[in-house]
Amino acid sequence: MTQYLLSVHTDFDDVAGTTEAEMQQAFAQVDAFNTELQASGSWVFAGGLTPPSDATVVDATGSDAVLTDGPYAETKEVLGGFWVIDVADLDAALEVAKRASAACMGKVEVRPFQGE
Amino acid sequence: MSTPAPVGLSAVFRAEHGRVVAGLARRLGDLDLAEDAVGEALVVAAERWPVDGVPPNPGAWLTTVARNKALDRLRREQRRDLKHAEAQMVSDPTPHEPTGPVADDRLRLVFTCCHPALAPEARVALTLRLLGGLTVPEIAAAYLVPETTMAQRLTRAKQKIARAGIPYRVPAASDLPERLDGVLAVLYLVFNEGYLSHSGQAVREDLTGEAIRLARQLHEMVRHTPSLGAQPEVDGLLALMLLTEARRPARVAEGRLVPLAEQDRTRWDAALVDEGHRLVRGCLALGRPGPYQLQAAVNAVHTDALDASMTDWSQVVQLYDQLLALRPTPVVALNRAAAVAEVDGPEVALGVVDRLPLERYHAWHATRADLLRRLGRHEEARTAYDAAIGLAGNDAERAFLAGRRDGLGRGPT
Repeated sequence: MTQYLLSVHTDFDDVAGTTEAEMQQAFAQVDAFNTELQASGSWVFAGGLTPPSDATVVDATGSDAVLTDGPYAETKEVLGGFWVIDVADLDAALEVAKRASAACMGKVEVRPFQGE
Repeated sequence: MSTPAPVGLSAVFRAEHGRVVAGLARRLGDLDLAEDAVGEALVVAAERWPVDGVPPNPGAWLTTVARNKALDRLRREQRRDLKHAEAQMVSDPTPHEPTGPVADDRLRLVFTCCHPALAPEARVALTLRLLGGLTVPEIAAAYLVPETTMAQRLTRAKQKIARAGIPYRVPAASDLPERLDGVLAVLYLVFNEGYLSHSGQAVREDLTGEAIRLARQLHEMVRHTPSLGAQPEVDGLLALMLLTEARRPARVAEGRLVPLAEQDRTRWDAALVDEGHRLVRGCLALGRPGPYQLQAAVNAVHTDALDASMTDWSQVVQLYDQLLALRPTPVVALNRAAAVAEVDGPEVALGVVDRLPLERYHAWHATRADLLRRLGRHEEARTAYDAAIGLAGNDAERAFLAGRRDGLGRGPT
């Protein structure tokens, strides 16, 4: 079995433009998908993130830790949420990702975790 | 054996490469290790066969040597999977036959090399390398990229297969048609790069030949794997390649492309035409037409005509109607329009062509130029020929277009 990160990259400016009904639909779909994923035994962890304006970057590579307000990279699309799943192979992960993408109505990136 | 012809050896290597790598990869569970081991076995063969003669079963010989090389390496590197690999080798002495489990091994390898999670150019390179047995320099030369670039492309693809967990298996029945489409697309891509070469040459025989060899292999594999059922598109693609290849001897004369209507049909390869026709009849009889079968059928109508005037153009239009329903793309519409010109005249065809958004495509300009020429609108034709020449990918095509342009008289306008 291999663990995969399924990440959703979101444009939070666009999110602000979506209607309440659309948001509710996405939430309901993701909830249903999560329940399904847990039942299938592939679920490891998942979560949604608040907007990047809530982020703080910590840099302790030097002698003093430097804190910076805002996200690491100033890109339009940032990590909005993710799943960690444990499945047999990439084909299985891609299957889950297809359903995840349909549920959250966004593109999903699939990346394997490093092996032991 | 007294004739250690290196050409003969490389043909044997290419023919056996896919089979040997595929079998070993399954038992080792490691594609990279399998490929390296087979590479080492080929080096041994290149030394020994010219002296000792080619063994009666070269594939079995290569498999044995490669297996020992792989186990040696696992031992040397004290890898944990040594025990497992050894056990696999002992418990699974799969006989080296062109059918049965071995065909399954190669099918697995085909689906791995053509996995949709890999970049299209990586799929092509992996297929030529692992199944076709072409060397990295050969593939690099075929695609006009530096060897280091091609080597990196292959390494990256193999790393992704290993690290991302791309499975080494024939897909489940529900995914099979879609995944098989992906495999056919890769083979078609290799063939077209050979046939519609962008490299300046009119035809790259190395690539068309390789695509046909791989399509034949796939055709055989599917035929010997009853669980897959009939896959008429596989037959269709092979037929399409054979019927296209059959016309190659007549396609270029004195460095100039010869259009279908003017080709010397006695120079077509009759054996390939026969084989192609047999395949087309067989797959169409299943009643599950697909894009490759329909394109093959169009080619069969052409190769059926003893000379161009005997072409059944209304059947060509009908086939393109079906193809357009399955693949509603401007390029298919353009090809259909060329057939419409023969049935309903160039005026009607031009009306269709002018509406297609293909200004960047040389064949669109070339088709327009031809229709305008036939309508006697020579000045417009000249402009269209110039545009086509500017966008054409190889010298033979440019020479043909320039010849047509220079043959234009003064138009009525």
